[in-house]
Amino acid sequence: MDFRVDAKKAFAYTASHPVDPEKPTVVFLHGAGLDHSWFGLQSRYFGYHGRNVLAVDFPGHGRSEGPPLATIETLAEWVLRLLDAAAIRGAASLVGHSMGSLTALECAARHPERVERIALIGTAYPMKVSEGFLEAARRNEQSAFDMETIWGHAPRTPFGGNPNPGMWMYGDTLARLARLAPGVLYAGLKACNDYAAGIESARKVRSPALFLLGARDQMTPPKAAAALVQAVPGARSVTLPASGHSLMAEAPDGVLDALAEFLTEPLPAN
Amino acid sequence: MKSGPKYPGFDTLALHAGHSPDAATGSRAVPIYQTTSYVFRDSAHAASLFNMERAGHVYSRISNPTVAVLEERIAALEGGVGAIATASGQAALHLAVATLLDAGSHIVASGSLYGGSHNLLAYTLKRFGIETTFVRPGDLAAWKHSARPDTRLFFGETLGNPGLDVLDIPAVAALAHEAGVPLLVDSTFTTPYLMKPFELGADLLYHSATKFLGGHGTTIGGVLVDSGRFDWGASGKFPQLSEPYAGFHGMDFEEESGTRAFLLRARREGLRDFGACMAPMTAFQILQGVETLHLRMPRHVENTRRVVQFLAAHAMVQTVLYPELPGHPDHELCRRLLPRGAGAVFSFHLKGGREAGRTFIETLRVFSHLANVGDAKSLVIHPATTTHYRMSDEDLRKAGITAGTVRLSIGLEDPQDLIDDLERALGAARRAGK
Repeated sequence: MDFRVDAKKAFAYTASHPVDPEKPTVVFLHGAGLDHSWFGLQSRYFGYHGRNVLAVDFPGHGRSEGPPLATIETLAEWVLRLLDAAAIRGAASLVGHSMGSLTALECAARHPERVERIALIGTAYPMKVSEGFLEAARRNEQSAFDMETIWGHAPRTPFGGNPNPGMWMYGDTLARLARLAPGVLYAGLKACNDYAAGIESARKVRSPALFLLGARDQMTPPKAAAALVQAVPGARSVTLPASGHSLMAEAPDGVLDALAEFLTEPLPAN
Repeated sequence: MKSGPKYPGFDTLALHAGHSPDAATGSRAVPIYQTTSYVFRDSAHAASLFNMERAGHVYSRISNPTVAVLEERIAALEGGVGAIATASGQAALHLAVATLLDAGSHIVASGSLYGGSHNLLAYTLKRFGIETTFVRPGDLAAWKHSARPDTRLFFGETLGNPGLDVLDIPAVAALAHEAGVPLLVDSTFTTPYLMKPFELGADLLYHSATKFLGGHGTTIGGVLVDSGRFDWGASGKFPQLSEPYAGFHGMDFEEESGTRAFLLRARREGLRDFGACMAPMTAFQILQGVETLHLRMPRHVENTRRVVQFLAAHAMVQTVLYPELPGHPDHELCRRLLPRGAGAVFSFHLKGGREAGRTFIETLRVFSHLANVGDAKSLVIHPATTTHYRMSDEDLRKAGITAGTVRLSIGLEDPQDLIDDLERALGAARRAGK
């Protein structure tokens, strides 16, 4: 569904359902260089199970007009304006992956009244990106897409069976990246790399928080999320054993089961 | 950047892509899941699988774990987003066409096609309101000018049948994209070992896996692969993919995923409704072939070069149509697009007319006279009386076929035995033609 945010087209997948302000809402926030369909199975599930789903395309990604936003803080504020554009006044649950996980964290810290729960998937803090990777992305070189693809999956992924029958995960990631306008991947990676408020923001979070981590994640290994897990009050963590950084594709059922449990359990009384 | 992560090599992917040792049994070989259906965990799980909220298998016409290994492996070797294995190569072509075209739409196709593909486009699809304009594959102006507002597909073979015209994929793909439509190529003769059409600009490809992928002349099958690179929404010509589809609960496939839209619809509609799926045993047999593709193809090409060299110098041979030869019209294109070789199927024109041709084929001992190519064993056929029998004289001429045209598929035998066999048969043909 198309919305208008900052006088530009902003797309969010709603699983073919209209947005109903009376329903609880789950917002899905993708990682650098990707789009709403990175959460394809999971967002569709919640859209057909009583939730409003807004699986966004961040500016410059997928169907949303650019340019890409340069910082996690501006992405977080953009998400709030998208909720306004969708007339979601109550608190929404935010599910973010990688760059989207930092965005969800920042949203929860800045606007606790608008955020019911946060699920942070494939996350780390600091989310440092190597100089070589950043520079290749800045130059829009194919090697940047290769690094995003290979490091973005578990080492065994090219040999393993895709849970989604007949699909080749590397090929799907590369095809998505091939559609990006120059500079979009760089903007996302740089936003992750430059984000400096992680621990401070984590301490401000008042909503229930779930960390979903891939044991074989080469980009954001579980140990790199430890400080963040510790800093978010009451946060809990689930590690999926065989998955790399692309948890929604590599372990779709594990991600969905964990999210379904987390998003449906009663909220704490306070 | 020189350092950085690396993809597994082609040879490794041919052996491993798509399959980890079986979690239940530890089986190293790909298990044959000879089952029609899959037990649901509970009713909610069943509903989620049907509504595409969870990944998995429901019914083997739609997907099967053994078949999925083959699909993922071929997608990996081609650099696509995914693949669908089908009952045959023809079923793969039909699945591509049926997914993208409706009655009233149009195809621009190379005129140098396998006879079965020509029949489908020229006659059968016409009955369903889909028209095809055939062009000479090397005539770029004809490709361009044949595109119409209702055109939805450009289609050709990587190596045209039987004259081995090399399709200028970068140029034809650019013209297809200019017309807002994808380029589909039949990659059967080249396999991903000799050519990667997606790297050259093609959007979709398919194989008759019966041929070099299976490689042993035992099994009929096809595989349709999508590059995921064509932007269906931006084209605006494919409401099948970019508008809600009543046949699947109002799903907008392109909105679900831009890179997977084509395969989603092809699987969820095409396999569901037309049903030309691959059997798991078939997938297993083709996988056995794929695991040695990188070893067989160089030998196929090496043997072919020896045979081509012999035939080109023989007095009974008028012409050898093999693009590695300097006299072939697509020689330069071949050097550019097929540096690893121009495959192992080619034709030559025999002197001496129809009787010489008959004697030649019937004298061969190592070569088998049959209607197939891409076997480990060497094969021979006379197109004018077999594969291209239904084509008019005019269409035959356009495809470069004469009464003396003989097509060979070079196998993996000792090349000297093949040459000796051909020499004996050419001698007999010479005597018969006198």
